[in-house]
Amino acid sequence: MSTVLDPKIPAGPLKEKWDNYKNTIKLVNPANKRKHTVLVVGTGLAGGSAAASLAELGYNVKSFCIQDSPRRAHSIAAQGGINAAKNYPNDGDTIWRLFYDTIKGGDYRSREANVYRLAQVSNNIIDQCVAQGVPFAREYGGLLDNRSFGGAQVSRTFYAKGQTGQQLLLGAYQAMSRQIGAGNIEMFSRREMLDLVVVDGKARGIITRNLVTGEYERHVGDAVLLCTGGYGNVYYLSTNAKNSNVTAAWRCHKRGAYFANPCYTQIHPTCIPVSGDYQSKLTLMSESLRNDGRVWVPKKQGDTRRPQDIPEEDRDYYLERKYPSFGNLVPRDVASRNAKMATDEGRGVGETGLAVYLDFKDSINRLGRDTIEARYGNLFEMYERITGENPYEVPMRIFPAVHYTMGGLWVDYELQSTVPGLFVLGEANFSDHGANRLGASALMQGLADGYFVIPYTLGNYIANQSLPDVSTDADAFGEAESAADARIQKLLSVNGNKTVMEFHRELGRIIWDQVGMSRTAGGLRQAIDQVSALKEEFWQNVCVPGEPTTYNKNLEFAGRVADFLELGELMARDALSREESCGGHFREEYQTPEGEALRNDDEFTHVSAWEHTASGHVLHKENLDFENVQLTTRSYK
Amino acid sequence: MAHSMNITLKVWRQAGPDAQGGFETYSVPDANEHMSFLELLDVLNEQLIKEGKEPVEFDHDCREGICGSCGVVIDGVAHGPQQRTACCQLHMRHYKDGDTIVIEPWRAEGFPIIKDLVVDRQAFDRIIAAGGYVSVNTGAAQDANSIPIPKDDADLAMDYATCIGCGACVAACPNASASLFTAAKIAQLSLLPQGAPERTMRVTNMVDQMAKEGFGDCSNHAECEAVCPKGISISAIATMRREYMKAMRG
Repeated sequence: MSTVLDPKIPAGPLKEKWDNYKNTIKLVNPANKRKHTVLVVGTGLAGGSAAASLAELGYNVKSFCIQDSPRRAHSIAAQGGINAAKNYPNDGDTIWRLFYDTIKGGDYRSREANVYRLAQVSNNIIDQCVAQGVPFAREYGGLLDNRSFGGAQVSRTFYAKGQTGQQLLLGAYQAMSRQIGAGNIEMFSRREMLDLVVVDGKARGIITRNLVTGEYERHVGDAVLLCTGGYGNVYYLSTNAKNSNVTAAWRCHKRGAYFANPCYTQIHPTCIPVSGDYQSKLTLMSESLRNDGRVWVPKKQGDTRRPQDIPEEDRDYYLERKYPSFGNLVPRDVASRNAKMATDEGRGVGETGLAVYLDFKDSINRLGRDTIEARYGNLFEMYERITGENPYEVPMRIFPAVHYTMGGLWVDYELQSTVPGLFVLGEANFSDHGANRLGASALMQGLADGYFVIPYTLGNYIANQSLPDVSTDADAFGEAESAADARIQKLLSVNGNKTVMEFHRELGRIIWDQVGMSRTAGGLRQAIDQVSALKEEFWQNVCVPGEPTTYNKNLEFAGRVADFLELGELMARDALSREESCGGHFREEYQTPEGEALRNDDEFTHVSAWEHTASGHVLHKENLDFENVQLTTRSYK
Repeated sequence: MAHSMNITLKVWRQAGPDAQGGFETYSVPDANEHMSFLELLDVLNEQLIKEGKEPVEFDHDCREGICGSCGVVIDGVAHGPQQRTACCQLHMRHYKDGDTIVIEPWRAEGFPIIKDLVVDRQAFDRIIAAGGYVSVNTGAAQDANSIPIPKDDADLAMDYATCIGCGACVAACPNASASLFTAAKIAQLSLLPQGAPERTMRVTNMVDQMAKEGFGDCSNHAECEAVCPKGISISAIATMRREYMKAMRG
């Protein structure tokens, strides 16, 4: 039965909702907090900041990560920066503007109340990180420096060179380390969460596997915080780290947590292209490069001349031609889609034909090499290290790559999923970015959820519950552990002919082709069949060597690919059911005569939240009510 | 098109922490110049799985030189021949057809081997937990711009803060010292007003923890700086010593 979900948005005007909420919630007595155990899965910006903050408050925290150290979570790879409405440059920024830009950037498919709260706490995040010793970039006067980013007309992005994610994560990691040293957090590294344990309808524990010894472990808690990141690796090739995966979230989904908007994925336009079949991941080049680089392809199909030998009249600067007012600085989704169109027409460049040029020649002539080097030197160096080509001499070759997933587990205003006691933070939830995320907003959301939202909403949950003691001997733990073990044993026993990587690559190709930058009803139906067939083949023909009782990375990957196969099918279903184009979700059937995304606000101003049932997926909806902003069409012509 | 290369790999294999390890020799006939070093290991592992053998275990994650997960000794050099490059960003174009490459794990008492090329680096976490932080609770911070910091200090602090915790400094050091790792955090925080009240305790506790973990002391070989993928300067170690002396004198 399809239902309408209640996001539990507090009453009152938008600007007062979060304050109203904080004024009326129940609190947990300081002396009682240590009696409550909170399980935090994942140690990225969301999980790290949540674990540290909750331990500081006095909760008994257990923290889990799949890496060998909590410092290695994939938040560490974020380059550009973190937004906040500080308005230090005095250029007119306000909390309202940050809110509005984020809602518009998300193509009006996110929840007003959540996004406003995000903008409100953004300033506290910067204060907190500076107090922790995060070395943000500064001006000569000693105050913090800002830069501008896509989708905004103000400079509100704080940064630490091209390593902002690293520095923010290390700040959260150090705050966690302090609590680990003080005995308030018990840290479990190299552990993978394999199931959620639900007792009397509430999330009360998790099953983890020790990745070094293969042992299963049962952990009891009063609440579970899932901070396990996004699912971009369903595409096999993405800018995500190799270990990023959907398994913990998918296990929760199968235990009753609805999965929202899985088809909303972000394809970033400026990545280093694929160079061969052995390619294991893709590397992002900051979108700031589009400030001074010009995107082009040859006018003729199959033009194999070297770029420097192609004269101006034979080049097509297609973004400048099609979008004269925004030019090379159109938003990520538009830039990506146009690169795909150019290569689909056979005008792609490089050995594979799956790339376009990003050319700095004109900027170097105009500004001088030194200026370009000062702006982008580290990026040019990284490009040369990977490709062996010098971008000062020849144009960069770039191509879009999967970068972020806006979809995730459905949560209400309190970040609580449809399973009571299971909270979902950061990229793992769906809540704040709608159908497209703006640059420098992911770091903001992860830290907002962990430092400034969950300490309140978790307390309100715990204070309102009766949480009787649960033992790890409870049936629910035994059942979940047996199920996890049965899967592992099955993976090892198939003994087939195809490697996990081969299955993953094949899945990635299907999803990239049909549920990537451009989607059609026919293609999506085909993808559902193909993925379903691949899933069947996986369980009959996968080959996973080695033992379950030693370190066995291939076995870890096998379990994750099995879950990606199920998720891939749901993504296609979700994309098929959303009969409109919005943000990163472009359905070819729904476009303007000029080829731009065409929303259908009458029928699709809602969140699609999918319930897993024994007989398949059931669609539920949350209606998005826009009381404060007017829905408009994004135009960049 | 990319040149195909035949590469011979001599890889350290060790079944578990207490097992006897040894080198195994493998041939990868279809390597190519565009591959990263870890992609070469991927290709080797696919080959091994197809032959019914166990793949070589190695740690890796972001593959863009920032998470610090990967790290092996390549022909005797931590992270391999290219300076300021973690082995995930080392590319095969720096090798030629017919080359033989020797791959070993980090070797240090503080980093016990888990399997093959994978080591346990949790000692680094314990060093940070001993004092590598600023004690400020969430919500207790004042406005960010109320603490001006000279740009030069902030920039230098950032240089030290770029440490990725990979452990190459330990692997390269003849004393298996964790001095560069420990000092990078101490030096970063010593440049900032934040956390100044606890700087004495910080340096004492972190240095003591480093010793407890079985890492040696620094005797100025500077091998650590040479292999550091982030190019962190050993001037950090001088700062750490100065901080330590100051702490000792009270």
